[in-house]
Amino acid sequence: MPTVKLTAKNFATDQDVRWCPGCGDYSILKQVQTVLPQIGVDKEKIVFISGIGCSSRFPYYLNTYGMHSIHGRAPAIASGLKLSRPELSVWIITGDGDSLSIGGNHLIHVLRRNVNVNILMFNNEIYGLTKGQYSPTSPQGVVNKTAPMGSIDRPFNPSAITLGADGTFIARAMDRDPKHLQAMLKRAHQHQGASFLEIYQNCNIFNDGAFFIFTDRKTKVQSTLFLEDGKPLVFGKDKEKGIFLDGYKPKVVNLADGYSTDDLWIHDESDLYKAQILTRFFDDPRQEGAFPRPFGVFYQEQKPTYEDILFQQIMEATSEDTSDDAFNALIAGNETWEIS
Amino acid sequence: MPKLLEKKEVVIKFAGDSGDGMQLIGSQFTNNTALIGNDLGTFPDFPAEIRAPQGTLAGVSGFQIHFGSTEISTPGDYYDVLVAMNVAALVKNLPQLKKAGTIIVNLSGFDDKNRRLANQITNPLEDGTLDSYRVYKIDITRLTRESLKETSLGRKAKDRCKNMFVLGFIYWMYNRELSSTLNFLNQKFAKKEDILDANTRVLKAGYHYGETTETFTTRYEIPPARMKAGTYRNIIGNQALALGLTAGARKAGIPLFYGSYPITPASDILHALAKYKRWGVTTFQAEDEIAAICSAIGASYGGSMGVTGSSGPGIALKGEALSLAAILELPLVVCNVQRAGPGTGMPTKTEQADLMQAIYGRHGECPLPVIAPKSPADCFHAALEAVQIALTFMTPVMLLSDGYIANGAEPWRFPKIQDLPTIKTNFAKPMENGEQFHPYTRDENLSRPWAVPGTKGLEHRIGGLEKEHITGNVSYNPENHQMMTKLRAQKVANIANFLPEQKIELGPEKGKLLVMGWGSTYGVIRSVVRELLEEGHEVSFTHLRSLNPFPRNLEQILRSYEHVLIPEINDGQLVHIIRSTFLINPKGFHKIKGQPIFKTELKDAVLSHLA
Repeated sequence: MPTVKLTAKNFATDQDVRWCPGCGDYSILKQVQTVLPQIGVDKEKIVFISGIGCSSRFPYYLNTYGMHSIHGRAPAIASGLKLSRPELSVWIITGDGDSLSIGGNHLIHVLRRNVNVNILMFNNEIYGLTKGQYSPTSPQGVVNKTAPMGSIDRPFNPSAITLGADGTFIARAMDRDPKHLQAMLKRAHQHQGASFLEIYQNCNIFNDGAFFIFTDRKTKVQSTLFLEDGKPLVFGKDKEKGIFLDGYKPKVVNLADGYSTDDLWIHDESDLYKAQILTRFFDDPRQEGAFPRPFGVFYQEQKPTYEDILFQQIMEATSEDTSDDAFNALIAGNETWEIS
Repeated sequence: MPKLLEKKEVVIKFAGDSGDGMQLIGSQFTNNTALIGNDLGTFPDFPAEIRAPQGTLAGVSGFQIHFGSTEISTPGDYYDVLVAMNVAALVKNLPQLKKAGTIIVNLSGFDDKNRRLANQITNPLEDGTLDSYRVYKIDITRLTRESLKETSLGRKAKDRCKNMFVLGFIYWMYNRELSSTLNFLNQKFAKKEDILDANTRVLKAGYHYGETTETFTTRYEIPPARMKAGTYRNIIGNQALALGLTAGARKAGIPLFYGSYPITPASDILHALAKYKRWGVTTFQAEDEIAAICSAIGASYGGSMGVTGSSGPGIALKGEALSLAAILELPLVVCNVQRAGPGTGMPTKTEQADLMQAIYGRHGECPLPVIAPKSPADCFHAALEAVQIALTFMTPVMLLSDGYIANGAEPWRFPKIQDLPTIKTNFAKPMENGEQFHPYTRDENLSRPWAVPGTKGLEHRIGGLEKEHITGNVSYNPENHQMMTKLRAQKVANIANFLPEQKIELGPEKGKLLVMGWGSTYGVIRSVVRELLEEGHEVSFTHLRSLNPFPRNLEQILRSYEHVLIPEINDGQLVHIIRSTFLINPKGFHKIKGQPIFKTELKDAVLSHLA
């Protein structure tokens, strides 16, 4: 436990923040600075490692150890750090391009290995820093600098991929719901294993409004589904709609049509099969009959982390003699001879 | 009674189908040879494919050993004895057998089927091809099966033991004891009694065959070499490299982190280090080459000695991360076990054509120190030196080995860990006074402090963007960028003050011709120059360990000779670099065949330059 009581101010640096005015990243920074004093970790043990992108400027604005590395490679660098220094609290800051385009391979492997790191993926569905190219999460048909006739690529579904990579903690939050985001940051930290938290972030310069349908007070109630473990999946202005699981097929139902909350799908964070279905709630929200977009923790599972098992192996190996005499025997090998 | 003839040196080539076990008996014979005190050099030569079609030329696997009572610096150009288990092995290796050399063949490998698989129209045993050699035809397969008559092994399992027959026979030929191989078999097959029994029987059968038949009238003895007094072991290059890295980290008092991705011919380093958890070594088999170096960078950031290893194609992939490590100014060792390129090249064949990649191969102004071992045992010392440079100067270091020394073996008078120098580290101490830590202050070596996460009061951010001198804040200031670029370059250049001066190893310190090499050409150049000096020629030899920076007296040395000849296993890379650095015009001898340079061809080349 820290000996000095930390506040958000301890985590602020003297560097000018250079994100565009109105950028969603400011909110994320604020929530992280608010949460870090509350997680009970000594400030010097916290490390932020980022890739490249607007998201990845993040470490400069936090007064912790930080590394601004290369495009897509933060999970690999963080893995080397965490495996050699498992006592550190390691956070990865990445974006939709950084983590799902060039960094896709490293993302799925750090999840597969279940290294205990917290991955915060700022998804703004665009390449902001390089000024407006479409990203692997941009909707199909979006028109911008590199797709003047509309993008041909279908977007990745981040929750589905990360769950498919056997991630042990999959969650989603948004820049414009500070309380929820803070709660998700805390959950990500608490989870022992690789935590993947996608954060919808508004890029007001190159992709303004991409998530308004989910974040605006008026439309949010119909288009979002806030997950709570043990609670039924309900949404709508008066929570009048719910998700009903018919076999393995989800259906949106009106409670008024004779459904009680007991009939509905009750969220269970430990249910892998239901989580897989939930990640597929990925419809275009403007379409008729679209499923609401889930926010919160899709799935959480406790599994040994990579470094837990590595540590056990190291303990076992180092229980043998590690003296200089023993090391000399290693250098000498199995057979030696003398020349006099 | 066969007579016992003393010889000064012998070259034997074991060759067969991959799967005939030639590598195993080659390495067994090597160990046995080392134990009796011969100096030796080896050259394993195997195909890239795991199992090329049986009996074909592509599938031939060979092991060459040159051993003697004199100084041995090469695996030998031409063999005295060729053991050929099938037609393909004979056909492939015959060109390098000495006139009137000895051939020992396995008759069963010379049937019609094998003849066809090796694309021969006639059988070389019958068509006169081998008339000028001494050929011994032994039905090794039949004799092996006979010696295992009483066992319950199936035919395939019996045939797998035929390499032991060959080994036993060769041991007899060279008046050896069997105990080193018997010990090896006892350990390897401790839990498989029937295999242990079979191999032991066949080994002894081969030995007794020599004794009881009248095939051979002469046995050979090669007395021990006059080597420096001390305790020796046999060591393979990659093994030595792994030990050197481990020893270096131990002398620095920090853990070793090896992030790597399997690639020929570097994978054995990962295999060796994976077994060293006991010695503070963590290995991480990363998902790709880039993750491999990035994980090592992460580990260095955390205070370990981060190391990554690969071959040419993998080093190419690591370019961006290398540039990051250079601007982060973190310690890192990057091992390149070079192989023939470009592209996928010839993965199991040697080359030293990645020198320019090591010196120049990054975007931006990004000089890095480059050092190269000269022999299998020297991989230990070069690795140790790389660790020391990385930690002292807070920089990535390129360590250039190659396939030939990585897989080759030689006797090594190994050190004790206590006798190696302690390696100092540059860790920044905690600060409690609330002052802002400046990550880019520099010491007398122009090295920045190693401020490791977890240290109180030193919280700071580093990254790939250009940073302001001293404070380390991101800076686009024009003057700052030029200054930082020059500082980084100066730091690397200053390493020359830390390295020893270059010495002339053989011959006069000035004169007509200097032959200079780097990396694995050491043995052959030394051997050639020594011979030429004995024959009365005026020639000198020096060998570079550090390719960047060059030793501080190198220019003065080069200018002390009328001509400089640089033999290389590439198309003239060091020649090019020397020329552009010093405006001196060396000559080159370039062999780009995926093989080490042979003594005879180099001697001819040097003689033609002396003329």
